[in-house]
Amino acid sequence: MINAKELMQPHRIVMMLVFAALVIWCAVSLRWDWIPKYAPLALEGLWATVWILAVSTFLGFLLAVPLGLAQAVGPWYLSIPARTFCTIIRGTPLLLQIWLLYYGLGSLFPQFPWIRSSELWPYLRQAWPYAVLALTLSYAGYEGEVMRGAFSGVAKGQLEAAKSFGMPRFTMFRRIWLPQAVRNVLPTLGGETILQLKATPLVATITVVEIYAVSSRVRADTFIVYEPLLLLAVVYMAIAGVIALAFRRFEAGAPQRR
Amino acid sequence: MTGLLEVLGLGASAELLSLSGWGGNLLRGLANSLQIAFGAFGLGLVIGLFGAYGKLYGGKVTRDLLAIYTTVIRAVPELVLILILYYVGSDIINKISEALGGGRVEINGVAAGIWVLGVVQGAYATEVLRGAIQAVPVGQIEAAKSYGMPAFMIMRRVTIPAMMSFAVPGLANLWLIATKDTALLAVVGFNELTLETRQAASSTRAYFTFFLAAGFLYLMVTLCSGAVFARIEKWARRGQPSLKGGTA
Amino acid sequence: MKLKALLAAATAAAALTAGAAAAEQVKIGIAAEPYPPFSSLDSSGNWVGWEIEVINAVCAAAELDCVITPVAWDGIIPSLTGQQIDAIMASMSITEERLKTIDFSDPYYNTPAVIVADKAMDIDATPDSLAGKIVGIQASTIHQAYAQAYFTGAELKVYQTQDEANQDLFAGRIDATQADSIAMADFVNSANGGCCEIKGAVADDPAILGRGVGAGVRKGDTDLLEALNKGVAAILADGTHEKITAKYFTTSIY
Repeated sequence: MINAKELMQPHRIVMMLVFAALVIWCAVSLRWDWIPKYAPLALEGLWATVWILAVSTFLGFLLAVPLGLAQAVGPWYLSIPARTFCTIIRGTPLLLQIWLLYYGLGSLFPQFPWIRSSELWPYLRQAWPYAVLALTLSYAGYEGEVMRGAFSGVAKGQLEAAKSFGMPRFTMFRRIWLPQAVRNVLPTLGGETILQLKATPLVATITVVEIYAVSSRVRADTFIVYEPLLLLAVVYMAIAGVIALAFRRFEAGAPQRR
Repeated sequence: MTGLLEVLGLGASAELLSLSGWGGNLLRGLANSLQIAFGAFGLGLVIGLFGAYGKLYGGKVTRDLLAIYTTVIRAVPELVLILILYYVGSDIINKISEALGGGRVEINGVAAGIWVLGVVQGAYATEVLRGAIQAVPVGQIEAAKSYGMPAFMIMRRVTIPAMMSFAVPGLANLWLIATKDTALLAVVGFNELTLETRQAASSTRAYFTFFLAAGFLYLMVTLCSGAVFARIEKWARRGQPSLKGGTA
Repeated sequence: MKLKALLAAATAAAALTAGAAAAEQVKIGIAAEPYPPFSSLDSSGNWVGWEIEVINAVCAAAELDCVITPVAWDGIIPSLTGQQIDAIMASMSITEERLKTIDFSDPYYNTPAVIVADKAMDIDATPDSLAGKIVGIQASTIHQAYAQAYFTGAELKVYQTQDEANQDLFAGRIDATQADSIAMADFVNSANGGCCEIKGAVADDPAILGRGVGAGVRKGDTDLLEALNKGVAAILADGTHEKITAKYFTTSIY
């Protein structure tokens, strides 16, 4: 962490003054009168962003564990599909994946009229399930690759020791293999989650109203271009900062011996 | 071949994707995407090289400014950056040009795309190259210095060749990000592969066919790039002891 | 060697970025997303449609050297004010709200706004009958402004393009969409539009729905505005407008 003494070097004070002047200039000479009107919508959008981020990261990580395991030690009929999945997800743009899921699948619905009377229809007709699905698969694809390395990185000796104690395979996985692999990936998780945050605005293109969509709405309604975008950038930086801090604390809490 | 496609009910798709049909449009879009990706990657490398040197050997102010640059770029979504840089970039260039008494500057789509993605790539390239330069054993650079080599020659003859093997995996990753990030330019209306796909899909209503076809094209780019970078990495590592069975 | 090549490529790219090619061309911005029958791409990558022909006719009549420049609809006004394009001719209605930011030429066409929905759905174009329904609209359009003002009881879904809204109407994800009557007539006659029909025109509100479609230009760009006005007047007077319209529609749309 940066301490006050480090911060108080002459050049930094000058830079901070310049920065403060810039902020004041922005506050005074740019247009911010739209904020009160759109604040409630923006809060809803912010909530949607955070919610989609949290759910897709969590589910994506759960999916990444079997994907990584299958690639690291699975038999060929598990490892090949897992590897293919990761390659496809990592090899194509997320925007395309989102559109394929939402509009591609949507274009097939009319061929199956029974879909509209099914239990799932209330979900299928909304946009957020596709957004969560696409982001979850994306996170799983990238993190699955990381987990593969993490599982392979667990020292063989430990597993052999566990085996020689007669530990059942699942217990061995739960007590030794998984915790160590997770600890191995912990330093990368924060970064991956920030990458995931940066992917969330893409779901605005399929009508999900998250924070980016709100800024587009402001632009469309008022024709103000820069101000909503600048504020949006600041909001994303703040969320990224919170994520980075949270993972740093989380990491510090986990026992490490290196 | 055609018979097989008919049997599978893909005859219509094959016709849509033929080169005289919309397939030609997709390939044109792919060419645009690759052009932008290549330019952005190159611009990113240049920014990254200067950035890395600035971060390692620059003055206090340079280092702090670069830290702000890399932090901001890596925390804000590319989509937002693209919009900001796209509108701001042409605004600034025109204002400067007008201030200098010049006329309006025409900025074509490809150049704007390269500038926008290049600035984003530069932040990541800075970090990759900084890490790679740091991984070069200090002794090698000191040895070059003690021979009286000028700074630029050290960079050209010692640092860069020696860091290549450390930088290539990170740079390969950046190149893949560059190719995929070009898709985001669809949102500001560049005619790259994703927008061409969307236009073709909405004109023909064959959404599934075209999105799958575009996905396939992107995947091919990724796989081919992977093969090329594997060769480059092998070349960059020539003369170094194999890492297999070592710490990896 | 490799690095040299990369550096060379990057320098070339940098030069390109700064490259200035000042020519006296007028960049006419159209929406990069197809909007048939006004503007759409054919399979060889050319823009075709009623509005494209009108653009060419207006430019010819006004003796302007025009290049058609597709930009994202959602950012078309920022592109104009940011000088990426010089004029907008993308079926953009002349509204009070837009006039605060840009200027418009005289209108060159005018159509009512309609509500389209599934044939089986029993609704009309009134706010009451749309209450509780999901209505899809395109972002940054008069239809979005209108729906936000009048259809307060409905759930609004905002799409980047009208085509995506149509696609979701076809898929059944939305109950209805509000859009321009001619574009929708084209849609309901298409293969996918067979599901749906035009339920009626919405009650007019000139303050929101505007006074027809005109060419947008930057405020203060009076030379171009006058030239475009001259061009629009010329094609209306000499029958070119009528001739182009007859190729696409059965009734006049001016």
